[in-house]
Amino acid sequence: MLRYTLLRLLGAIPTLLLVIVLAFLMVHAAPGGPFDSERALPPEVAEDIEKHYRLDEPLPQQLLRYMSGLLQGDLGPSYRYRDYTVSELIASGFPLSLQIGALAMGLALIVGVGAGTLAAQRKNTLVDRIVMGFAMTGISIPVFVVAPVLVLLVAVKLHWLPAGWSGSPGFAKYVLPVITLALPQIAYIARLTRASMIDVLSRDYIRTAYAQGLGTKAIIRVHALKPAMLPVLSYMGPAVAAVLTGSVVIEEVFGIPGLGQFFVRGALNRDYTLVLGIVIFYATLIVLLNLIVDILYGVIDPRVRQR
Amino acid sequence: MLTAMKVIRIIGFAALLGLVVILANCGGDEPDTQGSVLNIGLITEPESLDAHKARSIQAADVLRDIGEGLLSYSPTGELVPGAAASWQVSEDGLRYTFKIRENARWSNGDAVTASHFAFGFERLVNPETAAFYAGFLADIKNVEAPDEQTLLISLERPTPYLLSLLTHPATFPMHPGSLAEHGDDFARPGKLLSNGAYVLDDWVPGSVITLRRNEQYWNNSATAIDEVRHHLLTQEMTQLARYRAGEIDITGSVPPDSFQQVKEELGEQLHVAPYLGVYYYGFNLTKPPFKDNPRLRQALSMAIDRDLLVQKVTGRGELPAYSWVPPGVENYQPTLLSYAPMTQQERNAVARQLYKEAGYSDENPLKFELRYNTSDSQRRVAVAVQAMWKDVLGAEATLINEEFQVLIANVRKRELTQVFRSSWIGDYNDAHTFLSVLQQDSPANQPAYASKEFDSLMSLAADQVDLDRRRLYLEEAERLLLADHAVIPIYFYVSKHLVSPRIDGWGDNVLDYHYSQHLSLKAAE
Amino acid sequence: MKKSVAILILILVIAIVGPWISPHDYAAVDFSRILQSPSLGGMHWFGTDALGRDLFVRTLLGIRVTLLVAVVASLVSLVIGVTYGAVAGYVGGRVDAIMMRFVDTLYALPFIFFVILLMVAFERNFFLIFVAIGAINWLDMARIVRGQTLSLREREFVDAAKLIGVRTPQIISRHIAPNLIGIVVVYVTLTIPQAILVESFLSFLGLGVQEPQTSLGALVDEGVNHMEGASWLLLIPASLLALILMCFNFLGDGLRDHFDARNGS
Repeated sequence: MLRYTLLRLLGAIPTLLLVIVLAFLMVHAAPGGPFDSERALPPEVAEDIEKHYRLDEPLPQQLLRYMSGLLQGDLGPSYRYRDYTVSELIASGFPLSLQIGALAMGLALIVGVGAGTLAAQRKNTLVDRIVMGFAMTGISIPVFVVAPVLVLLVAVKLHWLPAGWSGSPGFAKYVLPVITLALPQIAYIARLTRASMIDVLSRDYIRTAYAQGLGTKAIIRVHALKPAMLPVLSYMGPAVAAVLTGSVVIEEVFGIPGLGQFFVRGALNRDYTLVLGIVIFYATLIVLLNLIVDILYGVIDPRVRQR
Repeated sequence: MLTAMKVIRIIGFAALLGLVVILANCGGDEPDTQGSVLNIGLITEPESLDAHKARSIQAADVLRDIGEGLLSYSPTGELVPGAAASWQVSEDGLRYTFKIRENARWSNGDAVTASHFAFGFERLVNPETAAFYAGFLADIKNVEAPDEQTLLISLERPTPYLLSLLTHPATFPMHPGSLAEHGDDFARPGKLLSNGAYVLDDWVPGSVITLRRNEQYWNNSATAIDEVRHHLLTQEMTQLARYRAGEIDITGSVPPDSFQQVKEELGEQLHVAPYLGVYYYGFNLTKPPFKDNPRLRQALSMAIDRDLLVQKVTGRGELPAYSWVPPGVENYQPTLLSYAPMTQQERNAVARQLYKEAGYSDENPLKFELRYNTSDSQRRVAVAVQAMWKDVLGAEATLINEEFQVLIANVRKRELTQVFRSSWIGDYNDAHTFLSVLQQDSPANQPAYASKEFDSLMSLAADQVDLDRRRLYLEEAERLLLADHAVIPIYFYVSKHLVSPRIDGWGDNVLDYHYSQHLSLKAAE
Repeated sequence: MKKSVAILILILVIAIVGPWISPHDYAAVDFSRILQSPSLGGMHWFGTDALGRDLFVRTLLGIRVTLLVAVVASLVSLVIGVTYGAVAGYVGGRVDAIMMRFVDTLYALPFIFFVILLMVAFERNFFLIFVAIGAINWLDMARIVRGQTLSLREREFVDAAKLIGVRTPQIISRHIAPNLIGIVVVYVTLTIPQAILVESFLSFLGLGVQEPQTSLGALVDEGVNHMEGASWLLLIPASLLALILMCFNFLGDGLRDHFDARNGS
């Protein structure tokens, strides 16, 4: 078991190394430096700053220095937010991105599966058409359109919810961003659930259950839901990626200080360390989570280790 | 199914984690709202609140709330005493004596002394600080603090805008003890000492900077608002939405596409005022076809219908630019481009003539690239100007939008760039802040304009004590610059804010400085 | 499904032919006709934008650019995905395990961040948008193709080919690949709407095509700013974008059902 765990850990290292080097080279290949602006720096000052951040060293040396910093858990200083380190920014941005992402996924699962099941049950009725119509619309309108339209209607015109993040009261400020982020996922999940539910409901054992006089609700809950959820489960991976993309948009539109916003600003401002830090952070997180799950499977099912 | 199960577990794990974080946060991040609160929208997040590392205009806006220089500005833009109660200038304009207020205090209760200013100046010019505005004090020969209340500044050459410089955050005092104790971290919430009306309470990066009343400030009794929140909202649309939802009181800008609507609906709350900033197109003067080709440059400059552009394209009250220095600068009358008095039709005719003389025609049109940074308003101006060049001259400009950082790097390399979009915002109220940009050795000289004559006029002006004679030199320098068509000034910026009717004490001014300490909230109706 | 195909073909035909019918040029600026609302009887059927440019022609151009981007991106992901998946599935064993482990790894990466980095690093060029979008989407294709190949390679005709000494590359290209067409077509149809959405996301970030060119994403992004004052600038391109996405999704669903049904029997 220990050997398996160690092997998997070792296996994760090249992946992460690849990510780091790739991201490092890409960021540094981008034209323009972090301290360029139209109010140009006097050359001496520019030199001093570059020296201070060691940007004057050759690239391989910078990479090595960065890696050795990483080994000590140091992601370096941010160039755009000069009073903060990258680790501090990630620590302040990630919990928010996670909260909103997790809430949106939760909402999407509950509403999506519910709506999809309902539509499957009432296949080819008006209810079905309405649900599927909404779902089709949901996957066909980009988040960056839905977000400002919702803000205009719900916050500016109706004053029901806050339009922005900072300084808005507690829970209310989560509502619009979470809904906006969840909408396309609700739509996808509803479509998936409906399709697989219809498939499952037509199987023999369900018919048998009906014949035994069980009610529709009970049949769905006891017999149909689990198998019907399988395609939804395999959609979760792409869903996480989609939520990550969406979070960039909603964080910009609502002014939420999450990692998506930091990433875009970092990339546009050539904040090398911030951009690298976020990419490495996400990659490590995902790799580690995968690893933990794998190892747990290894514990539960010894056959996995043989692979 | 292994992978699906894996993923669902990750989701479950994340959801759980998220829930925990939310629960942990519940009620925790609620801002306590005792006293009056002012909510301001900031369009760019400050890069730092260390006054020497900061460089953006918005950083200076926040810093003017936190600190105070020797001088300050009134709401309408007049110089007024700040930390210095009074000052005297010697006859030759080379020696300034400032008297610091005896009751000037840091937020920890320490007295603000003359030596704190001297210390700040030293740190500003120290190469290790790598301060962006280090050049501000280039003309200072010596700074002395003979006693706690007296600061003597002697200059190499008369610098009539010195007083204006001394309102800038880069020249604010620094507390040596605080720097010694906290090192590079001294500017962070909880550590940053303030000698202004507010102290830094909190800064959530990407979200909000919260300031609260500085009880130690010498003029604290005049401060009306207890808490100021600078909301960091980089999207103009977001600022407008939050303003309309009543969540912010002052916006940093107004989105161009909603301007007409805002004007109609919120007319009186919209404040548009002339601003010390010029929007221009620069040439790469080091490469053909624009190198040594003033006729061609003039043709392109004349073919732009600036009046039409500001009315129809920018449409936020901008002024068409026929000079380099904007109107409204003290002790100065901008020189105008020679063709300014003509009608656009006359200009077009001359422009076509010049274009032909430069060797171009319909059969052999000028082809070049116009680069601008990615943004809706830049894009629109570029498309419009491209169309004007095409219509009037037949010149074919290819539009290339680049990210700001890329554009700047390309302009600096002077290889790819041919015509590029840029701007200059005045750092102080003097023509020098604009004209000095185009001196040959200026790092901000993007077109690489190099004129010995221009440079010598500038240095002649620098040595003048007499304001009128100095002004003549500067105006002559501008005339030269415009005759060379080194740049195409297109329009002068305006400042544009929405200001809530519940705010009192707002004043429009060319510098666009608005100290929160001058503002107050009307009693709720 | 048939309706979707009909609508898509109609849109495509209009997008290609339309600019010839309309007297306007997509780049022509007209300061006297700024923000004119749509009128069927007037000069500008879809109205004009903030620079007085004809929205009808610009929308058609946008559709063409968007479809081009999406189709080429899908083709990129198709070529990479099919090759990768077919090789992994056919060769099998250790190679397969390693190749699929690599795919798992790539799944783990925050891809959208890499696309942004790519756009930022290699200044925007039209070609790169295709490649970038294609590069995110090949993973699904690779997995599906691999699964399909795994079952195909056990079939008799493959054994027969092996017996008569056909070499591996030929077997993959001649015998395996043709049998993958069905499922590949389904997934390409479903990849196109994803690519369209990614393109519009990049336009939102200002990383899209260069003016005076435009795409549906760029038009919609511009329209959002005019949401209240000139709503047609949002409504027209956004509904067309939605319509196109819906058609592709319906088409993909339909094809998949069709394919599943055939396979299941």
